[in-house]
Parts: sequence; structure tokens; C-alpha cells
Amino acid sequence: MYPKELRYSKEHEWVKLEGGRARVGITKFAADRLSDVVYVELPKVGSEVAFMQPFGVVESVKAVSDLYAPLSGKVVEINQALVEKPEVINTDPYGAAWMIIVEPRDLKELAQLLDAGAYMALVGERPS
Amino acid sequence: MKYIPATPAEREHMLRVTGVRAVDDLFADIPREVRLRGPLDLPPAMSDPELLAHARRLAARNTDCDQLACFLGAGAYDHFVPSTVPHLALKPEFLTAYTPYQAEIMQGELQAIFEYQSLMCELTAMDVANASMYDGASATGEAASMAADLTKRTRILVSTAVHPEYRQVLRTFTSHLRLTVEDLPAPAGITDPAAAERAMADDVAALIIQSPNFFGCLEHGEALARVAHDRGALLVVAIAEPISLGLVRAPGEYGADIVTGEGQALGNALNFGGPYLGMIATRDAFVRRLPGRLVGRTVDTEGRPGYVLTLQTREQHIRRARATSNICTNESLNALIAAVYLSTLGRAGVQHVAELNARKAHYARGRIAALRGYQLAFAAPTFNEFVVRCPLPPEEINRRLLEHRILGGLPLGRFYPELADCWLVCVTETRTRDEIDRLVGYLETLG
Repeated sequence: MYPKELRYSKEHEWVKLEGGRARVGITKFAADRLSDVVYVELPKVGSEVAFMQPFGVVESVKAVSDLYAPLSGKVVEINQALVEKPEVINTDPYGAAWMIIVEPRDLKELAQLLDAGAYMALVGERPS
Repeated sequence: MKYIPATPAEREHMLRVTGVRAVDDLFADIPREVRLRGPLDLPPAMSDPELLAHARRLAARNTDCDQLACFLGAGAYDHFVPSTVPHLALKPEFLTAYTPYQAEIMQGELQAIFEYQSLMCELTAMDVANASMYDGASATGEAASMAADLTKRTRILVSTAVHPEYRQVLRTFTSHLRLTVEDLPAPAGITDPAAAERAMADDVAALIIQSPNFFGCLEHGEALARVAHDRGALLVVAIAEPISLGLVRAPGEYGADIVTGEGQALGNALNFGGPYLGMIATRDAFVRRLPGRLVGRTVDTEGRPGYVLTLQTREQHIRRARATSNICTNESLNALIAAVYLSTLGRAGVQHVAELNARKAHYARGRIAALRGYQLAFAAPTFNEFVVRCPLPPEEINRRLLEHRILGGLPLGRFYPELADCWLVCVTETRTRDEIDRLVGYLETLG
């Protein structure tokens, strides 16, 4: 449910370091709570995102939520396939439903994020 | 006749139930010094027939375009309204329809709005139009804030050939949105693409033009679209006279990103200045930034077509902190009137009306320009309005024309001090050749 190798924000985004870059998406918990996702709005490649500031929007049949950047930096890639098929967020939140790849400006920000255990405590789930 | 439904006995009963001694006690929380101390200073009540006669006398102090030959436009246009329009649009089912939140009981109203939206898209050559806004000015203000949100930029360039009242409303709309609005001069009656290019920068969200513009002139839409797009800005085109779209290129064809406008000319009466009909249309990609209501067509569980409010104003209901607009309603009846009008005329009819406007206006333009002392202010091509420089103050001309039951054009000095001798004349299809010749004849004797 909550892979150990990821770091999590209190706003329910995950981040995965891949070499010098960070891949960002939203958690299974967020996807379940949103229910069927119908729309996702991502930033432009080349734009800057800031730590815990909105970088996009996700809309489900139930709600609309801002997406918060778990790291500051420059957007180097966005998941265009997700924009076309946003429902993937519900089925594969940590895989095909990644949202953006960021070139982090300050890796120290990672320290402010949660590990899988702390995130599970936040959302009230027991470690499996 | 009394209009307070509760009888004295019922009021007594309510006081007893609520344990209040007298109605006045209910106002105890209001400070004594701001309370009304005596009865209002009003004349004695009239009987119903007296009141109607009084109201008629007051109304008779107004005049309207049925009594005058109207050569005034400037954002409100005296067009012929076919009798199908009031007959259909003023049916009680439409006249009293409330906001169609309950799709299951409001399919007729929703379908009418959907058809209006579709007609707006055809007229402007855009992908999506909303259910309508308040008027052309506020729709243009909304477009600016929409463009700022889409581009994440903060400057708005607006041509001074955009309706001056639209520009005032635009400034009101943006004054607390941390947007700056800058005027682009139009000294030759149109927006100069080269000047626009010099004013353009990477922080400009939108270039706003009007075409035909406030002076009646057609803008270089395509060149101005290129100027905006080259720097990542959006082109917003305001249309004050949508009948023009029967003849001139639609903004969507020359690169407009948002089209706003005033739909009054589409079957709506002059209405003493309002209610009017705000139009806004945009590209598919921007639909989620389109303010106001949108009606969509879908199918129900049995596959039958149905209409429903869609994608609507989520920012207003659930993300209010992020809202870029607070419009929570629309001008449904005016929109319906526009839809009936356009459906009555059809494509060929709209083209024909537009052509009549242009022909009659050009006839008048030629005749007035040939008069001694009068000359055209601008060389650019025009639709149904044009600006002439006059040998005497336009205000004075209007006073004299009114004595002959002619409503003259707009003296421009009020909005453009440098154009104090200029007169903005409008000729729609409702003006006859005889009326135009009479106007020219009177001008000749005035000069």
C-alpha cells in the first residue's frame, strides 16, 4: 500500500528519488478518498514548483483538490499519458500514475517528509 | 390594495406564540437613533387606476427608438426583432424558469441554454461557450482574470479602441487581483500591431481588442493574434456588435483564445441599457477555466439524450479560495432570446442582416463624408458604425436633430477628449434610406 522506498507529504503526495531527480504522484489513500478521478491538471515542463505549494489540480467525481509539491525544483517531465487517462490514478497510483519529475533544488526538504510508517500513522492505517 | 398577506389576527397570534409583546419590540436591537421615528413622508396612497395613470405619465416622459430614427450605437444596437422572438422566448415556462439545478424537471430550459451555447460557438468559431454572463463589459473583465490564471501572468494590454465602459469595468474587475491594465493607443482608429508588439512582454497575460472596435473599425485580428501568441499571451476579442459576425471573420478563425461580447444585438431590445447579455467563449483546452455555468449534453442510464449543468464553477462551490470568478448566475432569458433570434434568422438570415447593416452604414458614411465641413476620422474599414469629424460640436448637432425626432450618434469627447469634434454614427438595418437622406439633409442645413 505504501512502499518503503518512497517519502510522503502530509498532503498525500509521494516522492521517489531516481538518481538526481524526483518522481512525484499521489498516494493510494488519496486516490481512494477521491474515488473516480476524471481530470488532472499538471504544470508546464520548465516551470518551477515550491515545497508544499500547489503545482496542479486533481478532480474526481466527488471533489477537486490541489496537488502540493513535496520538493522545490524545476519540472523536467510531466506524465502526458496521465492527463489523457487520469483514471489510472485509481488503479496504479505509484506506477503509471506518476505526475511530474522534478529536478530538486534542496534535498534537505526530504527530511521534512514522512516515511511509510509515519505516513501510515497519519492516515490511520496499521503497518501490514 | 394591501399586499401584506398576514391579517391582524394572524399577527396577534404570532406575537402570542413567540412571546413578544408588540411588533416594535422586535426592533429593540436596532439603535434608537437610526430607527424611523415617524411615518415616511409620502403622498396619500393612490387607487389602482390612479397609480396606473401616474405610471403611464412618467413612462411617457421617456422616448424610444420606435418614435425616433436612431443613429446611436456605441455598444447598444437598434435591430429589428422578429415576432417569433417574443412569442417563443416570453412563454411563461421560460419567463419564470429558475436556475436549472434540477435537471430532472428542467430539460427544456437546459436544452435551450445548450442550443444558445452551440450558436455562440458557431458565431464566434470557438469550441465552447458558457450559458452567458451579465454583459459585454463584465464578460471582458472575466476574460482578463481567466487569461491571468491560465498564463500565470499579471499584465493586461487593452486597446483604447475597446469600448471605454468595458475598459472601466475591466479595471474594476482587476483592481484587487494584483493585475495591471495598460492602454494601447489607437490613434488611427485601430490598434497598430507594431505598437502592440513593442508593448508586449513576457509578463503579459492577454492582449484585449474589440473588432469591429468602438470606432466601428475592423482590427487586424490575425496580426494582433500573432503579436500576442509570439510572447505566450492570449488574444481576447470583445465583440460589442455580434451581428457583424454575419459578415466579418469570426475571432476563432484569426486566433482568438477567448471571445467575449455583448449579445444584446441578437434579438434583445435596447431595454434602457439592461439587462443585457454577456457572451464568453473559448478553446476546448481552457474549458475548466471558463467562468459561470455550462450546460452539457449527455445520455441517461437508458441511453436517451439529456442536458445537465456540467464542469460548473467548481471553484465557487468547493475551491472558493482558488476561484477566479464569483459569477453564480447568468442571463438565461436574454440568452434564450438570442437563441430564438439566431434560429429564426438562420445562417443566411444573419448574413443578410449583417450585409444590410454594412450597406446602409456605408451609404450614410459616404453621404455624410461628402458634406461640407464633415470628414471621416479614420480610414480603416468599418461595419455599421463610423466616426466623422464635424464642423460644429456633435452635442449641438444632436440637440438640433432631436427637434426633428432623430437620435444622433455619440459625441466622442466624453470618452476621448482629443476626439471632441468626433461623432460616432451607427446605421442598422432598421434605418430606411429615407431616414438616412433626412439626416443628411438636416446636417446640410446645420453646417
